[in-house]
Amino acid sequence: MEKTTCTFSFCEKPKVIEIETDLLLIGGGMACCGAAYEAARWADAKGIKITMVDKAATDRSGAVAMGLSAINTYVGENKVEDYVKYVRADLMGITREDLTYDLGRHVDDSVHLFEEWGLPIWKKGDDGFSLDGFQARDAGKKMLKDGGTPVRSGKWQIMINGESYKVIVAEAAKKALEYNRKKTGVDQNHFERVFIVKLFHDANDPKRVAAAAGYSVRENKIYIFKAKAMINAAGGAVNVFRPRSTKEGQGRAWYPVWNSGSGYALGMQAGAEMTLMENRFVPARFKDGYGPVGAWFLFFKAKATNALGEDYCTNEAYLAEARAKYGKYVDAMGTAIRNHLMMKDMKAGKGPILMRTHEAMDAINKQFVAALGEKEGKKKVKHLEAEAWEDFLDMAIGQAGLWASKNIEPDKSPSEIMPTEPYLLGSHAGCAGFWCSGPADIPGTPAHYHWGYNRMSTVPGLFMIGDVCGASGHKFSSGSHAEGRIAAKSAIAFILDHPDYKPTIKETADEVAAELYLPYEVYEKHKTFTTDPKTNPHYIKPDMLQARLQKIADEYFGGCGTWYMTSKTMLDAGLQLLDMLKEDASHMAAANLHELMRCWENYHRILSVEAHARHILFREESRYPGYYYRGDFDMIDDVNWKCFTNSVYDAKANTWTMKKVEYKQLFE
Amino acid sequence: MPSYVLTEKCDGCKGQDKTACQYICPNDLMVLNRDIMKATNQETDQCWECYNCVKICPQQAIEVRAYQDFAPLGANVIPMRSTDSIMWTVKFRNGIIKRFKFPIRTTVEGSIDLYTGKPEPDFAKLKSSGFFNSEARK
Repeated sequence: MEKTTCTFSFCEKPKVIEIETDLLLIGGGMACCGAAYEAARWADAKGIKITMVDKAATDRSGAVAMGLSAINTYVGENKVEDYVKYVRADLMGITREDLTYDLGRHVDDSVHLFEEWGLPIWKKGDDGFSLDGFQARDAGKKMLKDGGTPVRSGKWQIMINGESYKVIVAEAAKKALEYNRKKTGVDQNHFERVFIVKLFHDANDPKRVAAAAGYSVRENKIYIFKAKAMINAAGGAVNVFRPRSTKEGQGRAWYPVWNSGSGYALGMQAGAEMTLMENRFVPARFKDGYGPVGAWFLFFKAKATNALGEDYCTNEAYLAEARAKYGKYVDAMGTAIRNHLMMKDMKAGKGPILMRTHEAMDAINKQFVAALGEKEGKKKVKHLEAEAWEDFLDMAIGQAGLWASKNIEPDKSPSEIMPTEPYLLGSHAGCAGFWCSGPADIPGTPAHYHWGYNRMSTVPGLFMIGDVCGASGHKFSSGSHAEGRIAAKSAIAFILDHPDYKPTIKETADEVAAELYLPYEVYEKHKTFTTDPKTNPHYIKPDMLQARLQKIADEYFGGCGTWYMTSKTMLDAGLQLLDMLKEDASHMAAANLHELMRCWENYHRILSVEAHARHILFREESRYPGYYYRGDFDMIDDVNWKCFTNSVYDAKANTWTMKKVEYKQLFE
Repeated sequence: MPSYVLTEKCDGCKGQDKTACQYICPNDLMVLNRDIMKATNQETDQCWECYNCVKICPQQAIEVRAYQDFAPLGANVIPMRSTDSIMWTVKFRNGIIKRFKFPIRTTVEGSIDLYTGKPEPDFAKLKSSGFFNSEARK
């Protein structure tokens, strides 16, 4: 097809606003909020300018927009080394232990700040039962930083009343930005509803990035932010595989539906090296509503079984077969292996898989009545029931709605759980992301783990945090915030070490605008060719682009449709189709600014999925059974593949370079 | 779904440059028809049911109808968010009603004091572990 170039002959030309700053924060979620808080303090003395750009409103942007019922990483009374071991085991033996250790030794300070700022954190009462954030305050319980005892739902998790978690963290970040704005005398340094689409290389040093371009999703304006350093926290990728619910229910993604792989695409196009992009997360969650299961498993001690009441995690035949293929990793019983065993039962027709909430509640009821007597025991049970509902109402309200729709009361009947569609992310129980330098001071760190500034990617001045700093999963909300602070500090050091650098790009403002607005021009040029602008041979609308991507990913790259199974032949076939989809992206059409956002989001999704597929193809084993399988290499092969798999995408040439990178264990 | 807007209650946040729901929706779903001053969710299959539009609406004009590709009709979940706590009313399809109240914040909105009482950053430690206010754990 003949390609259209945007000359603004058909669509309206936007106003281009160029902003010069020192440190650019791309994203407004937990990670960049942490970066803003830490950076502003250091920047103050040196007059360094900080700017945050958020696709949404920072009060409710990112993965914590709805709220959370727990903070999943609080080291507290545990040892940091044990945190590293837990993360390594859950990620099937391969993790950047330097990054994970570094996170573990820093994370608690962010949690202490959250509590100081007003986040209600549950505390253990004198009777051993839990107190919510208000009860704990009224009972005079100490804050965590002063030695208060949190309510642990698991070894690393603490319970919170987290409906306003993001609002509180955003308030601190916005104040930090305001503080910096006043100190540096700029007019504006916090841009909401501006979607960063692409990073641009420096005109004089093509290895570096010098600018980030985006546009307002509300006004006809393009922004070009020139910066000396950038921190990328634009999120992982959701709805890249065909979801189990394909109509309006696809909005109820487990991870936030607006995470469109922008974090990956921005770094990839800048040429940053990626690592473990084959990794994905397939959470087993309450079916359809995707409500959290963690509290039910860990806090309420509920069991999941097949419909016959059998525990698939103790099925000897399944375990023997799994050990033959996946070896010692089976006995660590990480999240991937539990998925694998669950699916054995599902394939054998022994579903639905049930979370036996009613039995857990019954056991708790008996235990409480025995310990406290009928009246007080029942009162505590009622409190506990509210806690179970809060788990949903804080972070997956749709699940509460689904239980109400299906008349499910958790103390009366069990509830179905199921593995979801795959997600790409690096801060939750996944580790797909960019290869970043770690800190200098952890004993045993090899040279290829530490080559420069902490959390800097292989592109000088471009830092990666949260979902896009790779090979270091299990950060969760608190860890992402702490990682943002770590990166902010080292980005400030980078800026101070390069005082004479002036970012310049070779593209003119008009060229940048033409690239970003191309889908607009395509639409305006062709829209009257047919009687219905939805159906037109000259272009593809963003929803169809996404549907085709999801179908390719699901059918060829191991989505739910094939029980997460793929192989070299399947990947090769799918990549051919993906290549054509990528070509077709130059014919994306947007009727308005909202659709323009969807066009670029889906382009970012395409690039993220391509990285994912190419990494799966490169790694000739099934490192993450239960998340995906290579049918042609259905085993874990530690001899050949206990290593990182890294890649670099050359956006200009549209080529990929893949390599193995040595894994080094730092903690016994 | 998706959130939906009650025609009778929505006043388009009149007098404002944008509606509260347009301001807050993390996925840019809410639009305002200025001719009739009513807001709408423009893309219901991209709604996460995060309820941020429901919680922020000054007219309580926004509710959520569960995703019809898997949820039977008739239930609803309605929040009332105040400055320090949130009340939830969960109505089941069979008519059962459950009510819950949870804390959301122990401090006054807007009261966060960022750096008072915290140490100044020590630039000698800029490239070491730790934050401006605390050492890393050993």
